[in-house]
Amino acid sequence: MRISRLVLALIGLVSGCGGGTEAGTVIEFWAMGREGEVVGQLVPEFERRHPGIRVRVQQVPWSAAHEKLLTAYAGDALPDLFQLGNTWIPEFVALGAIDALDARVADSKTVGADDYFEGILETNVIDDQLYGIPWYVDTRLLFYRRDLLAQAGYAEPPAVWADWLECMKRVKERRGDDRYAILLPFNEWQALVILALQQGAGLLKENAQYGDFQNRAFREAFTFYLDLFEHGLAPAVGEAQVANLYQDFAQGHYAMLISGPWNIGEFERRLPPALKDKWSTAPLPGPDGERPGVSLAGGASLAIARTSAHKEAAWRLIEYLSEPAQQQAFYRLTGDLPPRRTTWEQAGLTQDLHARAFWRQLDDVTSTPKIPEWERIASLIARYAEEAVRGRMTADAALAALDDEVDGALEKRRWLSRKRK
Amino acid sequence: MNPLPRINPALWFIAPALSVIVVFFFLPVVAAFLLSFTDFDIYALGNPDYLRFVGFDNYLRLFQDPLFWVALRNTLYFVLVGGPLSVGVSLGAALLINSRLVRFKGFFRAVFFLPVVTTLVAVAVVWRYLYHPRHGLFNYALGFLGIDPIDWLGDPAWAMPALILMAVWKNFGFNMIIFMAGLQSIPTHLYEAARIDGANAWQQFRYVTLPMLTPTFVFVTLITLIGYFQFFAEPYVMTQGGPAKSTLSIVLFMYEEGFRWWNLGYAAAVAFVLFAIIAAASWVQLWLQRRSQ
Repeated sequence: MRISRLVLALIGLVSGCGGGTEAGTVIEFWAMGREGEVVGQLVPEFERRHPGIRVRVQQVPWSAAHEKLLTAYAGDALPDLFQLGNTWIPEFVALGAIDALDARVADSKTVGADDYFEGILETNVIDDQLYGIPWYVDTRLLFYRRDLLAQAGYAEPPAVWADWLECMKRVKERRGDDRYAILLPFNEWQALVILALQQGAGLLKENAQYGDFQNRAFREAFTFYLDLFEHGLAPAVGEAQVANLYQDFAQGHYAMLISGPWNIGEFERRLPPALKDKWSTAPLPGPDGERPGVSLAGGASLAIARTSAHKEAAWRLIEYLSEPAQQQAFYRLTGDLPPRRTTWEQAGLTQDLHARAFWRQLDDVTSTPKIPEWERIASLIARYAEEAVRGRMTADAALAALDDEVDGALEKRRWLSRKRK
Repeated sequence: MNPLPRINPALWFIAPALSVIVVFFFLPVVAAFLLSFTDFDIYALGNPDYLRFVGFDNYLRLFQDPLFWVALRNTLYFVLVGGPLSVGVSLGAALLINSRLVRFKGFFRAVFFLPVVTTLVAVAVVWRYLYHPRHGLFNYALGFLGIDPIDWLGDPAWAMPALILMAVWKNFGFNMIIFMAGLQSIPTHLYEAARIDGANAWQQFRYVTLPMLTPTFVFVTLITLIGYFQFFAEPYVMTQGGPAKSTLSIVLFMYEEGFRWWNLGYAAAVAFVLFAIIAAASWVQLWLQRRSQ
């Protein structure tokens, strides 16, 4: 054990760079991808307001972020403050790597929990304690070609599954062989999971210790999903095969796709100018008339490392970054949608042509099971969905095998719960 | 009558290098070996009490894991098809460049070697376009021959051949250089003697070049075998093991278990099984070569 810890520590040392130990208050802050590139622009104002505190931002690429945070944890080199995808929070709580923030939020004048989208804030709560402050939000909804839907006789995507299916069939009829109504890459498990959540599927059962994929709700969503491929409405492809999503969308290879807010900016930048008014966003359809159908609560949060020596200063930075004015500036820099309703209203986002669908969708979001094993389970869902779409397994066999593997992946959870008793 | 046992002075000279190897290689290997008998995972990382000693369970589980067998089959496919192909192509290229008929030898040598030093990620981006079912150059060329487009990276049957093609193109330059060195070290008087005896070009190749190249051959095939068993980067950047796990290799499987799912105990077991497979394959290969001599 000690040796393996040593090895991990060495890995952490090599890849992680040591955390700051200088005198005075220097906050080490890790942020990912685009956020890491631009957050530095918000820092000078913070340092001006807090003369005793300096902030050192380190940018971590998203592709390496998870690994790097874990190795940093193992090597005891976590920064004071870091950005954390909110599906990672359960894992870092299980590790005991991050601090609960309830007391700080209760005392805070700037961070008011009731201003945040409930579904998003809830993903930061594990066992009734809050571990992260949402930094930006992410959910999935429909991006669609208005012109292609109009040709099929629709002004916007229908709100109910049955009508939506009909709409996709009509689009497909007019489009011919290698053009499709919707793009649902295999490795993006989100689409299938959203459909299942809309049907009320719990995904896991008995305190998240067993898979629950053979139950009626999941099965219904799975059948609907498979039908889309069977009817040729969606191409059987993985993400890696979509060489250029924007080009394909511009050429009308797909009339719809299920995607997140980052694509608003990408579409504006990358689609040809002629297409400027020909695409839009819409909340997801639901199984019944209830609009919109529920979607996933995603995004990233800010969390404070339990080992940090500057928790107070780190919290001040969180408070600062959570101010509506700063969130608005951050939105302008990144295009990431802000987590507070006040910011949306101040930035005029609620009226924004492409963002307003997200405004409606964000009131109806729910989290995936909050356990460290979730990402693995999600990849198993994607894998068996692919097997069934390709016809290598029947739907029943795929779901049975999925339950089986998920039960296997959750074995440690069952052992832990027995041990704790 | 020396009171202290005499230490070979050479030891002092190799001590610095040796200590680095011990700390950074042997210790981690021993640690990984111990790890493979535990269920070290994210919970154990957080709290050592949650670590279980599981004996040979990881190994037993591995042999029952359908994904491991898929990965093993894919890796063997890659080694058995890609390996000989790669050695063949590099030998062919070396012979061509070494031929007296070719001019601008330095130029061709550099061109063929370029893919070796190019970053794989950059190569992957370009090849992904080449393989694109609609816009790709390969399907465009096939179209001229009247062949229907192939979904290179999307069809489980074609994805592995596509990766083999790319890997061979990327790597053959390295072995080519080694073969060229081998070819240039063959004394020219052997060819002169053969020609005087009336040997034609094929006979010269068969009875002079090949036997003289044997040591180079052994080295190249062994290095290629070991390298190809560790097939990882190509599927990692091109396909992530897809479509339908048809390009999942053992190392990619190990990487996903270890660094994506953080099942380090299980991943360590995969590493040692792979080590055993490579050791066995290398031994078989050397044995075959020794027997044929």
